[in-house]
Amino acid sequence: MSQRVVVDPVTRIEGHLRVEAQVDGGQVTEAWSSGTAWRGIEDILIGRDPREAWLFAQRICGVCTTVHALASVRAVEDALGIQPPLAASLLRDLIAHAQYVQDHTIHFYHLQAFDWVDVEAALKADPTKTATIQASLSDYSNSGASYFQAVQAKLQAFVNEGNLGPFTNGYWGHSAYQLPPEVDLLATSHYLDALKFQRDFIRIQAILGGKNPHPQTYLVGGVAHPIDLNGDAGLNDQSLEELQALFQSGLDFVNQVLFPDIVAIASYYPQWASIGGGVGNYLDFGDFSSTGVPPRGGTSNNASLLFPAGVIYGQDLSTIEPVDPMRISEEVARSWYTYRAGDQKALQPFQGETTPNYTGPTPPYANLDVDQRYSWLKSPRYKGAVMEVGPLARMLIAYADGRPRVKELIDGALAQLHVGTGALFSTLGRVLARGVETVVIAENALSLLTELREQIASGNTQTFDDSKWDPGTWPSSARGFGLHAGPRGALSHWVDISDGKISNYQVIAPTTWNAGPRDAAGNPGPYEASLVGTPVADPTQPLEILRTIHSFDPCIACAVHVLDAEKNEILRVQVQ
Amino acid sequence: MRYDGAELDTLDPNLSEGFLEKLRAHNVSRRRFLAYCAGLTSLLALPVSFTASVAEALAATDRPRVIWLEFQDCTGCTESFLRSDDPDVGELILDLISLDYHETLMAAAGDQAEAAKAAAIASPGYLLVVEGSIPSGDGGGACTIAGRAATDLLAEAAKGAGGIIAVGTCATFGGIPRARPNPTSAAGVGDFVSGVPLVNVSGCPPIADNITATIAHYLSFGSLPATDGLNRPLFAYGDRIHDDCPRRAHYDAGQFALAFGDEGHADGWCLYRLGCKGPNTFNNCPSIRWNSGTSWPVQAGHGCIGCSQPEFWDTMTPFYSALADVHGFGVEATANDIGLGVVAGTAALFAVHGVGKSIQHRLAGRHASGTDTPTAGPEAPKDREVKS
Repeated sequence: MSQRVVVDPVTRIEGHLRVEAQVDGGQVTEAWSSGTAWRGIEDILIGRDPREAWLFAQRICGVCTTVHALASVRAVEDALGIQPPLAASLLRDLIAHAQYVQDHTIHFYHLQAFDWVDVEAALKADPTKTATIQASLSDYSNSGASYFQAVQAKLQAFVNEGNLGPFTNGYWGHSAYQLPPEVDLLATSHYLDALKFQRDFIRIQAILGGKNPHPQTYLVGGVAHPIDLNGDAGLNDQSLEELQALFQSGLDFVNQVLFPDIVAIASYYPQWASIGGGVGNYLDFGDFSSTGVPPRGGTSNNASLLFPAGVIYGQDLSTIEPVDPMRISEEVARSWYTYRAGDQKALQPFQGETTPNYTGPTPPYANLDVDQRYSWLKSPRYKGAVMEVGPLARMLIAYADGRPRVKELIDGALAQLHVGTGALFSTLGRVLARGVETVVIAENALSLLTELREQIASGNTQTFDDSKWDPGTWPSSARGFGLHAGPRGALSHWVDISDGKISNYQVIAPTTWNAGPRDAAGNPGPYEASLVGTPVADPTQPLEILRTIHSFDPCIACAVHVLDAEKNEILRVQVQ
Repeated sequence: MRYDGAELDTLDPNLSEGFLEKLRAHNVSRRRFLAYCAGLTSLLALPVSFTASVAEALAATDRPRVIWLEFQDCTGCTESFLRSDDPDVGELILDLISLDYHETLMAAAGDQAEAAKAAAIASPGYLLVVEGSIPSGDGGGACTIAGRAATDLLAEAAKGAGGIIAVGTCATFGGIPRARPNPTSAAGVGDFVSGVPLVNVSGCPPIADNITATIAHYLSFGSLPATDGLNRPLFAYGDRIHDDCPRRAHYDAGQFALAFGDEGHADGWCLYRLGCKGPNTFNNCPSIRWNSGTSWPVQAGHGCIGCSQPEFWDTMTPFYSALADVHGFGVEATANDIGLGVVAGTAALFAVHGVGKSIQHRLAGRHASGTDTPTAGPEAPKDREVKS
C-alpha cells in the first residue's frame, strides 16, 4: 500500500522543516523537503554599512552562531583586500573550534540521540551493567553504578508524575530501537551531562567574544578584543589559562564521552550503514589555515588547511577535484522565488536574485503541491550537480587526501564496527564523521592555543588592522566572497559594495545545499535522495525518517535567510 | 546569580519532605537551594527577606505546563536558555516546569508533537513562551508549522495562557525580520495578542538568567514581574547599560578609545566614540554579564549594539557611528530625554508591584545624586588625556 507520510514539524532541529514522503511496501520511494518559513535577512542588509554586515548575518542562526559572522567578515575583507593580523585569525579560529565542539555535542545528545536511544527503556536497565559498559568505553569520571542509579531514579520520578515534559509522545517502544536498556541509560545520563558540559565549555566564546550566543567581537580587519597579557582590558594571562582549561575539558569530554558513545551506539545499528547514502557527491571549502589566510577554493593553500577543500563525485575516494567557487549556482524552479531571466536558469551568487513568489497553499493546508513549487529554500548546485555538504563530506575529502589523524580515527571506528569504507556513505556514516571531526577539532584547538601563545610571546599581539576601516579608503565598487567550513558544512557569503554601502548580499548555507528542493531538471536534493529506500516500520511513527534527516543536522533558518540582492524593490508575497 | 551570605542561615522556609527528597536526587543541598533562591530574589530586585517566600513557592510548584513556540527565529534564545547559570539548579528549574512543547528540544515530531501541544492547550492556565517574530502579511505563507500560519498558532496558544513571556527582541519587538524594509511584515507578540498578561524579555538573545528568573517569578508568585513602559521586567531592564558600565569613569573623565586597537582601546577606555550604544540601552549586561558571569561585549572590547531596544537594527545603526551622529543630538540630551523618558513612562507602573519599589529607590537615589547627567559630553571632547 502506498501512502503519503508528512512530518511537520520536523523537531529537534533549528528552524521550520517539513518532509513529505511516499511510503510503499515499508520503504520510502520518494521524498520532498520543504523549508516553511523565511525572514529576508539578505534584503535587510542592502544599503547598510558592510562593516556591520556580520552582526546582521550572525542572526541568521543562533544554533550555529558565529559561523555567519565569520563568513561575513571574510567576504567584506575579500572585497576590500584586507588580511587580518595572524593573532586575530587565531582568535577567530578558536571561537570557531569551540563552536564545533559545542554544536556537535548538542546535536548528538540533545537533537539526535532520541532517534537511537529509547529513554523509557532506560528504566529497565541494570545500572551495574551500565557501569561496566561505561568502564569498557573510557575512564570518564561519572562511571559508578550509583551514578547511573541516580539518573534512573530521576527518570522514574519523572514518569511517576505522569508528566514527561519534553519526552512526551516520543516514539518510545518503537521496534526500530535496538539498544540494550543499559546503553539507553548510559546515553540518557550523558544527555544530562552534556547539558552541563555545553554550558560550561561555551564560556570560551564569552571570554573571547563577550557573550554566547552571538559573540560580539568581530571587526572587518580583525577582532575587537585586544591582547594585553598584563592588563585587564583585554585577553590576558588569566584568560589564556582559563581557555586552556576549558579547551582541555572539551577534549576530555569528546574523548571520554562523545566519541566513544557514538561508536558504541553505532555498533548496535549496523544496517544503518547501508541506508541513507543519497547523492554520493560531496563538497567542502576546507578551513583553518596555519597561515591565517582564509579558504579560497582551488588548491593553493590546501596544504596549510586543517580540513582540505575539494569535491568528490559518485562516492569515488580516489579523486578529489579542486573547488572553484565561481562554479556554484542556485536554481529556483521548484522554490517560491522567480528569476527575471526565467525560472529554469541557474545563477552564480554574484548574479543572484531572490524575488519571492509564494505559490504554495494558503494555510491551513494538509499537503504541499510537490509537483510544483514547494519550498522557501533554493537549490544550490556545483557545476550543475547536486552536492552533499557537512562533516561527512569534509571527513571524506580529508580521508581521500590522506590526512593521517582523520584516517586513523575513521579506520579505527570502521574496524570497531567491522565494516569497510563503503559504510561511510550512509546515515550512520554522517553520524560517525561528525564524531571524528569533533575529535580532530578538539585536539587542534589546543594546538591553536599554543600557537597563539607563541605568537604573543614573539610580539604579535595586534588583533586589528585599521588600514581599510575608513570607508574613504575603499574603491567606489568592490565585490568579494567569504568561505567557511562551518559545523554543518560549506558556507559562502557573497557581497557587492557600492559607494560604501552593501548593494548585493547572498548567502549559500550548508542546509540550503542539503535540504533544497528538486532543481529544474528534477534532480532531488540530498535530503530527498537520501530518504529513498529508508525503511518505515510504522507510517504513523516515522522514526526512521527522522534518523536520516537528523544525520544531516538541519539548520533551516540558515537555509532560508534569503532575499534579494540588487533590487530595493520587494515583491510582496502573494498568497492565492 | 547564586548568593551565599550569612543571612541564609537565618532563613527557615517551610519545605516539604517530598521537595527535599527531590533536591537530594539532584545532589542539591538545602543551603545551596536557598542560596539559589536568594540570588534569584536579588536578581528580581526583591529584598533578601523575600527569599523564604521564593523558596517556598518554588518548592510548592506543581510543574506548570509550558508551551514554547518558535516562529521567525534563529533559535538563539533557546540556546541562551540552555546556558542557564548554576548548572544543577538550572536543571532543577527544568524539572520544575513541564516543557510540553518546544520544537528544538522535544522528542516527538510531526503529528505526535502537535498532539502533545493540543493536550497542553486543552488545560488552560499554562505559561506560553514565544521566540521569534510573527509575519502578519502575505496570508501566513511566510511562516507555517504543520501547515498552519504563525498568526493562527499564536492566537490559538495565547487564548488559554495564564501568562506569556516573549523571549528575545524578535518576539518582543519584531527584531531582525522587522528591520527595514521588513520584507515579511513581521512584528512582535504584543502586536497580535491582548487580554493575556505579557512580559517582554528582550535582547538578541536575552541573557539566560533573565529568562529563567522571569519564569521563576511566574512560578513563585503566579504573576509576571513588574515591567517598564516597554513591558520589560524592571529587574533586568531597569538600568541603563551606560550607568552600570565599568568604563563609565573613563567616559566621565573624557577618556575615549578613538580607534579599535589604539592605546585607549587597549587600556579599556570608553567605547562611546566607536559606536557603543550603552547610553541608550536598558539591560543588565554589565552587572550580571553573560555565560555564568564570564563577560559581556564591552569587556571584550566591542561596543554595545543596543540589542534589547525596540527596532535597534534601524535605530542603533550604523553600529560603528557614535550615538550623536545617529540621532543628531548629544549623548547628554540622549541620556536625559530618552533615558529619563523611559523611566518616567514606567514610573506609574512601579507602584503596582512590590518589585518595583527597590528599583524605584535605586533610580531615585541615582537621580538625586545626579549621576544620570554626564559630566563630560562627547560633543566637546576635551583634548586632555584623550589618546589617539
